[in-house]
This record gives sequence, structure tokens and C-alpha cells, in this order.
Amino acid sequence: MSADTNGQPRIGVYVCHCGTNIAATVDVEAVAEYAAGLPGVTVSKTYKYMCSDPGQELIKEDILANQLDRVIVAACSPSLHEATFRRATAAGGINPYYFHMVSIRELDSWVHTDIVEATAKAKDLIRAAIHRVRFHKPLERARVNVNPAVMVVGGGIAGIHAALTLANAGKKVYLVEREPSIGGHMAQFDKTFPTLDCAACILTPKMTEVGQHPNITLWTMAEVDKVDGYVGNYQVTVRHKPRFIIEEACVGCMECIEVCVFRRGKTPDEFNLGLNMRKPVYIPFPQAVPQVVVIDQDACIEFRTGRCKKTCVEVCAERNAIDFTQTETFDTVEVGAIVVATGFKTFDPRRTPSYGYGVYPNVYTAMEIERLVNASGPTEGHVTLRDGRTPETVGIVHCVGSRDVNTNEHCSRVCCMYSLKLAHLVKEKTGAEIYNFYIDIRAPGKGMEEFYNRVAEEGVHFIRGKVADVYPEAGNTGRVVLQAEDTLLGRVRKIPVDMVVLATGLEAQADADEVRRTFNITCGGGGFFMERHPKLAPVSTFTDGIFLAGCCQGPKDIPDTVAQAGAAAAEALALVDKGFVEMEPNTAYVVTEECSGCKTCIPLCPYTAISRVDGKAYINPVLCKGCGTCVAACPSGSIRQNLFEDEEIYEEILGVLANA
Amino acid sequence: MPDKPKVAFYWCASCGGCEEAVVDLAEKILDVVAAVDIVFWPVALDFKKSDVEAMEDGSILASFVNGAIRTTEQEEMALLLRRKSKVLVAFGSCAHLGGIPALANLWDREAIFDTAYRTTASTVNPEGTLPQVSLAHNGDRVHLPGFYNTVRALDQVTEVDYYIPGCAPTPNIIAGAVETLLGGDLPPAGTVLTPDIALCEDCPRLDTKPQELTIERFRRPHEVIADEGTCLLAQGLLCMGPATRSGCGHLCINGNMPCTGCFGPTSKVRDQGAKYLSAIASMLGFEDEAAIDRALDGIPDPVGTFYRYGLAGSLLRRRKMTPVDA
Repeated sequence: MSADTNGQPRIGVYVCHCGTNIAATVDVEAVAEYAAGLPGVTVSKTYKYMCSDPGQELIKEDILANQLDRVIVAACSPSLHEATFRRATAAGGINPYYFHMVSIRELDSWVHTDIVEATAKAKDLIRAAIHRVRFHKPLERARVNVNPAVMVVGGGIAGIHAALTLANAGKKVYLVEREPSIGGHMAQFDKTFPTLDCAACILTPKMTEVGQHPNITLWTMAEVDKVDGYVGNYQVTVRHKPRFIIEEACVGCMECIEVCVFRRGKTPDEFNLGLNMRKPVYIPFPQAVPQVVVIDQDACIEFRTGRCKKTCVEVCAERNAIDFTQTETFDTVEVGAIVVATGFKTFDPRRTPSYGYGVYPNVYTAMEIERLVNASGPTEGHVTLRDGRTPETVGIVHCVGSRDVNTNEHCSRVCCMYSLKLAHLVKEKTGAEIYNFYIDIRAPGKGMEEFYNRVAEEGVHFIRGKVADVYPEAGNTGRVVLQAEDTLLGRVRKIPVDMVVLATGLEAQADADEVRRTFNITCGGGGFFMERHPKLAPVSTFTDGIFLAGCCQGPKDIPDTVAQAGAAAAEALALVDKGFVEMEPNTAYVVTEECSGCKTCIPLCPYTAISRVDGKAYINPVLCKGCGTCVAACPSGSIRQNLFEDEEIYEEILGVLANA
Repeated sequence: MPDKPKVAFYWCASCGGCEEAVVDLAEKILDVVAAVDIVFWPVALDFKKSDVEAMEDGSILASFVNGAIRTTEQEEMALLLRRKSKVLVAFGSCAHLGGIPALANLWDREAIFDTAYRTTASTVNPEGTLPQVSLAHNGDRVHLPGFYNTVRALDQVTEVDYYIPGCAPTPNIIAGAVETLLGGDLPPAGTVLTPDIALCEDCPRLDTKPQELTIERFRRPHEVIADEGTCLLAQGLLCMGPATRSGCGHLCINGNMPCTGCFGPTSKVRDQGAKYLSAIASMLGFEDEAAIDRALDGIPDPVGTFYRYGLAGSLLRRRKMTPVDA
């Protein structure tokens, strides 16, 4: 018995009907009557909805009227209303951690049908709580100051939007992007569905704003190496890869590219998916932000032989922006919150060989077509085959790497609509006959169905069937035949086309698992990062202060990405703008004089909260999440945990078994 | 001159080592003898049970009882000494937590009798005679102590005031405990009269224990010549030090042998074996189950390792074979 109960505690027990959720399966009156007879119980009542204002008021009044010093509510579950009843307990003037919740809905009425059994179980569970609460101690929530800066990881449209939102709210933002320019996939798109806005036209102003924003520190060619700390006080170490260009000195004149000893590029241009070649010194794309060139170490003669004429250095002259000696550098910054917006990768269609990608030259991915139809792309917007001809027939294969148990089970959400967009654009530019091979057309969202109708009316063909095979047409025509079972006609169609477009799906980034570990967040199916709650906390993660935006959380289109990025920014803002966080007191602590310093606990902490101070273990209460790993492992029992003290747990077990 | 305080010693299911430990006090025993009257000590002095029965209740200052409780006779003597003593001290691992004899709780009476009186290679018992509590002998009725199914620690039979742990208790622990008891400033009832901290705290090898210790293979003492300067756990030897009370002066470690846990857990641990299993599990450097199983194969006798001295007093108490009839 804890000291301040003066012997017998004064417990209030409240049994909630939850309408009929509980009361239909548990005889709540009998339960309350039973509890009233147990030692230490001063008040025992039922109420229709304990979580309602009158229900909470009941607790408060009883504490005052009956000098209750412990409160037990048997109702739904702690995740739903523990906080509610703790507040009600505190409103009555006693420490909120003298409250304990018993779940007789999720753990009882919802999972049983027999009233007698369910009622007996409710009694057992409440008896366990009555045993336990005697040992509850008053606990305080600690307040920790929050660093107002925010880091945004990933410079696609999600990261850009989140960074601008935060920066415009006056917060310091570090935007970290691993490529030489921000912009992400969106920068590669030609038009956007369903409005057919020019992607660059709407994106590049935002990119420029990022580059010029006084509150944004933009780090490209940079990756997060390590995250230490905790909500409100993260220390993030960023690794800067060498660009071999002094960013501050480069003015983006691109004269170095002109005079490079390579007359023509010999390296596949990443931005155009290798459809053209670039030089070793290059700028990723004309609107790149920052407008700074980059040197490709693997392609540059100076790096390969050390004997280049270095015409680039000559032409750069007094600006002297080229620095072949650059090496990796590191920066560590303090931030209060982090928005992870690391994006996606497109499915590699080589994994489904039956589509012939990489085998037949005129089988393309949708991303390649985006670049072909783009006026600043490798063909200046002319949709041509690899031999220069203009296609007369084009087949678009939907769901490549999506909705397929052999690759990805998920629907990538954007492929139907971008396929329609590409169908429209290619038809517009070439007049070709276009065949869409689809499973279902998924066109939810504003303006999507209308766009589908529009493209259908433009004369694009739709064949409902999954392409089973792609093979060359007989007679060396250069065309390939798409074979599919048309499930509407109920027969196999074989359609020869000049060009095949594979609508590849969206996948988690190849290094998503590493990133997940760095930020201590979790992955769901397919490697996409897990939100804390799919409906009610869609941009939060299980790690406080780390938020998600964009396709790293799951496939989504640009409007949804921007909306989510805004939400992530708002959540981060709500955290850092408040200035402090309150920590749950369910933390582990070391009883220093009992600790033998055996070090067992130190490597076990998933939050690196434990260190060795003066030969003893020390748990930083701010870092501790209360997982209990160290508590279980401490071989001398010197680590305890608030709300999970051994006495509390043993008593709970004894209580639940007392009638067994 | 007022009477000197009276003390008694008694042994139950034990090996005799605890008695040796008292004698091991060497010249210090003279101080003890000078300070107290030993009124009962079957191993050394010729007092009878009837002498104890004749004493007034509570007239003995302290009775030191070693050994676990396995028979009706031991139980009877424990209860008698409890009644006659102000303070009852559980002396040594067996009285404290059950000790080695309590490993018998992995079997039951029938199985133990079967092994001891029938099946061992050295047994010659053509009639199959088993211990009995009552039998006719030369025309008389002979009564013998009954053999319980379950071995118990002393405090599972009667109330115990203090504990002196160890297999056997070391001289400095005994001397300290006696001094405490005679000093009059008694610690709270239930105290184990040793420091309440694990052995690592004063282990001379602690600094060599790596901060991130992962064990890939367990070794038994006979399988390896351990480095004398390095943490034994770091060498794969299952040292119970992290889960065992200190106070022994790390004698085993000094002898380059791992701690086997005879001082029992600290006061905050209810089950030394379970606690240490939990700690050891966290040190295994594997993710896949097969590798973990292979590593655990290096602990062929987990109960005899983790519960060597504490099975009776643990949450497990015994293997459930028959109803626990005590």
C-alpha cells in the first residue's frame, strides 16, 4: 500500500453501459454491486455513457464528496478514453495517475455472447484493477521545450509544399534532397491529369520559391545519415555528397558544360531516363533548383585519368566554382520535427518479362513517354520510336506491377489516370490509334471521371483485359502484338502496335527500410511507411514528431500529395509552434543505488535512452517511450517502470485470479 | 551477570556445508561462543529435541536453520524452533530458497523413490522396499519421518525473520549477520543480510564487460580455459553475477569460475531464474530461430542453471506432475 492512502484506499468504481455496447452483454448493475463489496471500494456506480460530460462530472463530484483517492472506470479501452478519465480524475483534485481503466468492451462485451460468462469476466477484470490501484503512485508529466526548426526530407512536390508551408509560417526549414535538384518525379511529368496543366509551369515557381526562401536551407545531394534525440529535440546528421562545384560560387551560366572536353554526352541522362546522353558536367534539367551544375565523378576524365585539360576550370575563370577535391561532409542540425517525404520509385517492368521491356525496343515505360511528349524532353516533344518513325498505333498496358500477386498487390492509384493523360497527349501529337488494356478504370476524385469520358470520346480504344503476352509481329514489321483476353467480348484479342507503353506502378523506395530505421518509423505492406492511424492520424507516425507526406506513405496523385504535405506541415507546426511537449510518465527509471552497472540494459533500448553514468545505468526520461524492454531484461530488478511496477502487475494478476 | 543470549543451530535437508561454514569462522567462532550460549546444535553438541521442547517459548534469541524442508521431521523441528525463538534465520541457500535439494521438485516422491530405491545401477533391493512412515520391527511399531512430494524453503513452512544466503554462506557474511543480530539495531523482518545489489557491482572484471554484449555460443566451464582478466559472460560462460546478490566477495570469480547464483536474487526480483533468462535472451546475437536454438543448446540444463539454488522459492516452485500436496 502506498503511503498516502493511510491504510485502506478509497476507491471509486464506475461501470459504463456504453449504451448497449456493454450493457447488452454484461450485467453492469450486477458488476457494480459486486465491486461495491470488495475491500477498499467506497463508491460503485454504473452510468450510461461515462465519457459524456455528466459521466465525467460524476467522477469529479464523488472524489470531492467521498474523498476518493483512486478511480477505476470499466468501459471501452485506454486508447480511446484513458486520457478523458485521467482529466476527470484530475478535475476532482487528485493525481490523474490514480486512475486506472478496465476494458470491458473491447476485451469483454464485444468478444463474448454469453451474458453470465461476460459478466463474470467483467468482475474479474475489475477485481484485478482494485488490487492494482492501491499501488498507484502520483506521477507528473514532464514538459520539454521544442526546437522550432523543422527538417523536410525529400524535395519532391510533397517536400516542397511542406517546406514552403512551414517556412511561410515563419519556421526555419532544412530541406534535404539527395538528387542534385529538387523537383522529384513531378518535374519529369509533361502535363498533369485531369486538368492537363503543364507540370513544370505549376511546379517550377514553387521550386524557385524554395531556393530563394529566407527561412529555407536547401541541401541537395544530401542525405540524412543519423537521427538522434526525441520529439521536439532531434539532432539530425546530414551527409553532403560532393558535387565538385562550390554552390555559392556557381552562377548557373553552364559555360563549363559547353566547353567540356566531351563534345557530346556519353552518359545516359537520368532526368530523361537515358533517352539521351549528357556530359560529365551537367545540370539535371533547365529549371533545376539550385541552378548549379554538377560533375559526375564516374564519367569525368579528370577523375578517371587526372590528365584532363580542364577546359571547364578555365572558362569558370575567376568564379573558380569547380573544386575537384571536394569530399563528403557532414552537418548536424537541431530540429523539433521532421517531415519524411522521400517519395517512391516506379516499378521496374523487367520483373515481368512477358511485357518485353528491354527486349523489344519500342516497349516504353510511362515515365519515358512523359519525357518524349515533353517539349523540353530529348525529342523536343516529338513522340517518335527509337528508329525515328512516328507511331501509328500505340498500346497502353495498365497495372504493370500493380494489382498483381506476383509483383505488387496494391493498386498504384495514379496509373489509370496518367494512362488516359498519355493516351490523350500521344493521340494529340501523333494522331495514332491508342488501345488501353485495363483491368478496371479507376477514376475517383474530382474531375477524373469526366476526364475519362473526355478521352474516351476522343476515340481512344479501351480493351478490358490483362495483357498476357507481347511478341513481335510476323513479317519483320517492327511492330509487336499485344495479346489479351477481352473480358467484355469474351475472346482473345491480338493487336499489333508500333509502340507499347507500360503503365508501371508505384513502389516504395529501394532504401525505404534503411530510411525507416534511420527515422525509427515503421513500414506496412510493400514497404510504404506506416501512418499512426489510417483514418485519424494519417500523417503522423508512431514516433512523435516525425510526420509523413506524399508517396512514401503510399501511392497517391499530386492533389492528394499536396494536401497531405500541407497536413504534415500543419501537424509539425502544431508541435513546434506550441513550444513544448508533455511526456507521458509511463517511463522506466533506474534505482541507482540498486544498479550493479552490469550494462545488460544499455544496448537493448530501441530509443538509445540508456547510458552509463558513474558506472550506473541512467535512463533519459525524455527519450524513454516506456516500452519496458530494459525493465524485463534488468537482471537485478533495478529498473522499474511507472504504471508498470512489479507490485502493480503482480497484484493485477493475483486480483484477476483471486476467484479462479 | 545476566544470561548470555541463547542461540540454536539446526540442519534440515542440507549437505553439511553450512555447518562447515560456521566452523569456518575459525577463531572468530570464539567471539561468538563468548557472546552467546549455544543451546542446541546437533552436529556439534549433545542436546536433544526434548531439551528444546522444555525451553520457554521465545527464550532463544536466534535459531539458525540451514537446509530445505523435505520431511515431516524437518518441518516439525522448524516449527519447534520457530516457537522457541525470537528470531528465526534461514541460513544458507537451501533454507533461503530451497537450494540444490529443491531441484528434486523436477520430479515427485514416486519418481525419486523409484530412482533411489529401485533403478540405479548400485541399488540392491530385491524386495522392492520403499521408505515408509510406519512399520513393524522386531515386534515394535517404528515411526519414521514422511517424505514430502515437494521440497520447500524454510519460509514456505514457517515465518522467517532473516536470511543469510549462500552455498555455503561465507565467513564474513555470517560474522556480519551475527554482529547485526547481537547489535540490537535490527533491520526490518524479511531482510536478506547481504548487500542488496547484484554481484557485478564489485566484480573486478566489470570493466572488461563490453557495453554491447552479444553471445553467440554458450560454453560450460569444462569446455574452455577462461581468460582470468575478462568478464566470464563475455567469454560465453553463463555467469549469474548480474542476477545474483553480492556480498560473497566474488569467490567463484576469483577462482576463474562463473557465479552460479547461490546468493539468490536482489530484493526486487521474485524469480531469479526467470529474470536472468529474460536478460540472457536479450544478449543472444541472432535473429533467426534456428541459430537461437543452437545457441541455447549450449545450456543443456536450463533449470539446473538458472534455478540451481532457487527453484523452491521461485514462481515456478516445482514441475507440476501431481497435485502439489506440500
